[in-house]
Amino acid sequence: MLLNQFLLLGAVLFGTGVYGVLTRRHTVLVLMSIELMLAAVNINLVAFGAFSGSVAGQVFALFVLTIAAAEVGVGLAIVLLIFRNLHSSDLDDVDVLKG
Amino acid sequence: MIAQNVVFGVLAAAMVLSAIGVVTTKNVVHAALYLVVVLAGGAGQFLLLGQEFVAWVQVLVYIGAVIVLFLFGIMLTRAPMQPKESLDNDLKWPGLVVAVALVGILGALLVDAFEDTEIELEAPTRTIEVTDAVFRTYIIPFEVVGILLLAALIGAVVLARKD
Repeated sequence: MLLNQFLLLGAVLFGTGVYGVLTRRHTVLVLMSIELMLAAVNINLVAFGAFSGSVAGQVFALFVLTIAAAEVGVGLAIVLLIFRNLHSSDLDDVDVLKG
Repeated sequence: MIAQNVVFGVLAAAMVLSAIGVVTTKNVVHAALYLVVVLAGGAGQFLLLGQEFVAWVQVLVYIGAVIVLFLFGIMLTRAPMQPKESLDNDLKWPGLVVAVALVGILGALLVDAFEDTEIELEAPTRTIEVTDAVFRTYIIPFEVVGILLLAALIGAVVLARKD
């Protein structure tokens, strides 16, 4: 297997995640797109780990996984708080900082 | 080698199509289910690379916990199942341009840098090697991640609490 096939797959998934973050309005969908990007990063880490024959790639992927889980927990709490205060989960409605 | 490449191709195609589904579908629950396919495909790729431990952790943590959290989030924010208005904002074309440019630049760089470097796989990595590394070499990052999880747990409870 080529190293590049995994790296290119990661790049395509990352690009899709970026598109999602830029174009989605619903807060939960933006969080999902961020997860997509983190999954793409994980594929890169594991592919480089397998390539170099060390376990460092796997260990780093595990750390990324942990941080992704923590991020989703806090992120959804924030989404819930936005929904409770603004009665909307639309990111375009979160403009209270506008003068 | 050929069998591995066929499996890679099938998984990669499913992952890319589902990823596009995540960012384009009009139903929020479907987006979460498409995300399951992407993450399961990722776990399959890890198995293909002989990295079993992280593959099963991905299944347990991502598909088991994170997706359920997302479904709870969808439920609690009363996301529209059949939305009348679009879930996208009006940045569709600029977003597409940015994403395609990013993939193009990354792809060109990767093809230039790694051309046809092969991954030599002798045997799958054993779990004992990974856990040894986590509890010896990476013990301090491991503890820090533990504290981070605790902080995230407390933070989420404090944020979401009603009073």
